[in-house]
Amino acid sequence: MSVAALPDLDALERDLTAGIAAAGDEPGLEAVRVAALGKKGSVSELLKSLGGMSPEERKTAGPAINGLRDRLNEAIAARRTELKAAALAKRLETERVDVTLPVREAPAELGRVHPISQVIDELTAIFADMGFAVAEGPDIEDDFHNFTALNFPEGHPAREMHDTFYLPTKEDGSRLVLRTHTSPVQVRTMLTQKPPIRVICPGRTYRSDSDQTHTPMFHQVEGLVIDKGSNLGHLKWILEEFCKAFFEVDGVKMRFRPSFFPFTEPSMEVDIQCDRSRPGEIRFGEGSDWLEILGCGMVHPNVLRNCGLDPDEYQGFAWGMGIDRIAMLKYGMPDLRAFFEADVRWLSHYGFRPLDFPTLAGGLSN
Amino acid sequence: MKFTLSWLKEHLDTTASLDDILDALNRIGLEVEGVEDKAAKLKGFSIAYVISAEKHPNADKLRVCMVDTGAGEPVQVVCGAPNARTGMKSVFSPPGTYIPGKDITLGVGSIRGVESRGMLCSAAELELSEDHDGIIDLPEDAPVGVPYVDWMGLDDPVIEIAVTPNRADALGVHGVARDLAAAGLGRLVEDAIAPVAGAFPCPVKVTIADGAPCPAFALRLIRGVKNGPSPEWLQNKLRAIGLRPINALVDVTNLLTFDQNRPLHVFDAGKVQGNLVVRRAKSSVRYDEFFTDDPNEWIDLGHPVKIDPENPNHYWVGFPDAETLLALDGKTYALDETMCVIADARAVESLAGVMGGEESGCDEGTTDVLVESALWEPINIASTGRKLGLNSDARFRFERGIDPAFTVPGLELATKLILDLCGGEASEIELAGAIPDTARTIAFPLLLTDRLAGLAAEDDEQIDVLTRLGFKVSGSSGTVDVTPPSWRGDIEGKADLVEEVVRILGLDRVPSLPFERDENALKPVLTTLQLRTRKAKRALATRGLVEAVTWSFVPKLQAELFGGGAPELALANPIASDLSDMRPSLLPGLVRSSQANADRGLGDSALFEVGQVFKGDRPQDQFTAATGLRRALAKPVGAGRHWSAKAQPVDAFDAKADALAVLAACGAPVANLQISADAPDWFHPGRSGTFRLGANVIGHFGELHPSVLEAMDVEGPLVGFEVLLDCIPTPKAKPTRVKPLLELAAFQPVERDFAFLVPRSVAAGDMVKAAAGVDRKLITAVNVFDLYEGPGIEADSKSVALSVTLQPREKTMTDAEIEAVAAKIVAEVTKKTGATLRG
Repeated sequence: MSVAALPDLDALERDLTAGIAAAGDEPGLEAVRVAALGKKGSVSELLKSLGGMSPEERKTAGPAINGLRDRLNEAIAARRTELKAAALAKRLETERVDVTLPVREAPAELGRVHPISQVIDELTAIFADMGFAVAEGPDIEDDFHNFTALNFPEGHPAREMHDTFYLPTKEDGSRLVLRTHTSPVQVRTMLTQKPPIRVICPGRTYRSDSDQTHTPMFHQVEGLVIDKGSNLGHLKWILEEFCKAFFEVDGVKMRFRPSFFPFTEPSMEVDIQCDRSRPGEIRFGEGSDWLEILGCGMVHPNVLRNCGLDPDEYQGFAWGMGIDRIAMLKYGMPDLRAFFEADVRWLSHYGFRPLDFPTLAGGLSN
Repeated sequence: MKFTLSWLKEHLDTTASLDDILDALNRIGLEVEGVEDKAAKLKGFSIAYVISAEKHPNADKLRVCMVDTGAGEPVQVVCGAPNARTGMKSVFSPPGTYIPGKDITLGVGSIRGVESRGMLCSAAELELSEDHDGIIDLPEDAPVGVPYVDWMGLDDPVIEIAVTPNRADALGVHGVARDLAAAGLGRLVEDAIAPVAGAFPCPVKVTIADGAPCPAFALRLIRGVKNGPSPEWLQNKLRAIGLRPINALVDVTNLLTFDQNRPLHVFDAGKVQGNLVVRRAKSSVRYDEFFTDDPNEWIDLGHPVKIDPENPNHYWVGFPDAETLLALDGKTYALDETMCVIADARAVESLAGVMGGEESGCDEGTTDVLVESALWEPINIASTGRKLGLNSDARFRFERGIDPAFTVPGLELATKLILDLCGGEASEIELAGAIPDTARTIAFPLLLTDRLAGLAAEDDEQIDVLTRLGFKVSGSSGTVDVTPPSWRGDIEGKADLVEEVVRILGLDRVPSLPFERDENALKPVLTTLQLRTRKAKRALATRGLVEAVTWSFVPKLQAELFGGGAPELALANPIASDLSDMRPSLLPGLVRSSQANADRGLGDSALFEVGQVFKGDRPQDQFTAATGLRRALAKPVGAGRHWSAKAQPVDAFDAKADALAVLAACGAPVANLQISADAPDWFHPGRSGTFRLGANVIGHFGELHPSVLEAMDVEGPLVGFEVLLDCIPTPKAKPTRVKPLLELAAFQPVERDFAFLVPRSVAAGDMVKAAAGVDRKLITAVNVFDLYEGPGIEADSKSVALSVTLQPREKTMTDAEIEAVAAKIVAEVTKKTGATLRG
């Protein structure tokens, strides 16, 4: 074979390069590649022809043909990249979502914990830190635990301060009551535990009373300390610390007024400093107004005796307040009755997110 | 308890300001409820003379009055009061005056074309009484131009205090003054009460019957009195505290009630027949004869019935036939044998310690008056008043306990006042019973004040306080003997004395003492049930349910629908008929709430409650339930319709998932739960289930029964669950918190799918259990990934597809090994459930 037998490489390269450029998709490009560089491709055939050449012919033809092959490979690779990119661009062109469409809200965003539950968790966090356990008792109580043990004599007008719900009279003439306060839990605690005792007793309580500020069912929390030396001074300190922690203020003035409860002696009512000058808003720890929030006192010697404790040896104090009421004060709900109406609008607005768990480390209302 | 500042100052010699007095009252435990200064509120109102009152030219019911206001020219006023007339004196307010009873500020007006420059006022417009029938009609001698409040003696602040039930002594102005004096606000004015010598023996004798709750009863006759309106000072005093003056004799008793906390009663002696007996009221049963078919009707109504043995249609029905009293409030009360009365030869004349009778009441014609000063047992007075629903100032005081030693001095004081105001001549005092001696001595260690109250007060300081309050103290240090005064029946022991010392010295002197944490402070304080309660709440809220707190009582019908309604759980005195029975389940409350929300347009609600349910009336019958209820489209993935998928109504599996979430959060061994289709009646029989652990029922879930929805008049679909948190077994306490070591298998798990055809009645759970039981070590999971019923398979069959995960632990499994396990699975599922493998 002679050199003159070589076809026009330039023309071949022009044709093939044009073919590569013209390939509109990857299969088209592959067809061009096979036609040129496949087993029987035009360039492959030329490469095979090198074997029959004289060394001189091969010296010039070899690099020319190999060069052609390399350039074609490069051109095909480049074209393939182009075609891939174009194909992807084209696919992405069609893959569109409307990102403004609303997603489902996370269930945890919809669910709510009732303010009463939240406030009980807040109280528990504060008092657990002072070493108080949480005690509970039945809602249906007997006369002894609800009244007699607490130094409410039969027929005493103090019993009338409680509008009591009764269950039917039994054959023996006794009748159970719906507890009018959580104090029977204190009695149950003193009867079953040896001092020192430190408990809080949150729970449902009942009085047959219904108006703007009273519902037949409400919630109370009481605290009880029994040991050999705790006195009114300690009670004062606990209540001051509690008010600061609960209302989340740096300081709050408190006013202790002598009062009367059958189960404490001395007895006091406590007002806290507040500012009510802004309509519909109460701020604690400032202002010159007073708001009554709780009753308390030293446990009455008769109550200690009724619970089997010697008042000359043991003493202690107790306090009680309305959970619903302090929740209203802290979070600004205007109407007590709405607490029990299960109106989803109210619950969603005043309720708490399930993961907003009150802690002292993270803040009660974080 | 109300009194005016000037009244207080009759008993308290003080230079303290009103504000100082109010502060002190709060400080010593006599909480100030309010202060009303009428002088400030009503200063624009003055006495005026109506020169003429002519008919309005354009209105029949109006009058045009020319009014002399005492300042310049007469003023023209249009007045609509029926009693407006020429020559009367009334109360006038000029334009610009604020009218409290109407909440308006007066302007110059034109009424039907006639100009009106002010107003003649009714007592209601001044908020002095409810009387708005006409304008105030003043006596002829009322001075024109003088401010009405000044003339009425209303220019005196009225103080209202809340008196706690233990402090009966503070229900009289004198007692309030004593407390204030002890607190350093001035000197208590104590005038000795001089006995009035009787001119003749009391002609009416008093007998206290056996068992009457009356320790002592003092009585005296004053004859030849001239009763009539009491003097202005007395009327004004009573009016200022909201009492209506009646006549001098009655007004004296009211005055002493509030001045000295000594309720009294006056009988018109002319209307009393014979002697007086203090006794229990008589009640008997009257039998009326009947001839009808059915005596049972009466028996059902609670009447005693006596049937003629010869003729069952002839019977007698018993009706209570009690003594009655027409009381001074104009109402007739039926009395029973627990109540104490004062009776004469004719009938009951007075309800002891509560209210007198109309028949023997004093009026302007009374010339001879019997004055009673008695002592009553407080509990009896309280129970009588409560039973009759009768409140009076006397009852309020007697049931709290008044000063027994003041029984006779109170009568002497009343006598003196009556003689001063009405003249007459007093008899000797007739005293039945005896004044009880309440003297007692309390050993009071003065250090107790520090021990209980943390208040370190000097010995003499403490003794001084007690002495000023009327206590007798013997000793000066260490333990002293204290005798409480007769008016302090509430003082029982030394703790009460600490309270007296502390309240008078001031609670602000009690220091705030840091309360040390004890060694328990760092231990967890919640019980298992308390922890479960809070975890259940948070778990349900994270699933999109909203926590409700519903009433613990539900209507009887609903209690019955949900397995309750036992008679011992029905309130004897429910506040409303739909709050009558203790709830056996939280579902009825949530169902009602869910419908109420739907009625407000929120149909897709998901509610839960964690709270107490009552299976009986004993403490151990009260359980803590966690209960959820989903309505309509309130699915766990989100409520309502959404573009991403077709909206599906809630179903039993949503409730099941909620229940399982609670159980898992509360630490129940969820993998061991048995689930069966035998939920209670309030669930849909085919779409509900029960969870058990061993023999214990832990809870239920499912769609609510359509007839329950109908009975409660609510619309579904409603699905719910209830879990009893107390019934979840408590895990054993572990000695260590270390978790079991994690074993990570080195070989890939293998998953094999099987499709079975089974009768519809077969439970998928049983198929899963059968498959899993083939090799508990190798098979780590069995999942139901497809369920089909419908065309293409037999009518009573369903196709259930299981995917089984095998986890080899020692080496990769060969195909032959896998096939062998698969064959065993098919064989086992077939054997246990009658399934056939689909081709």
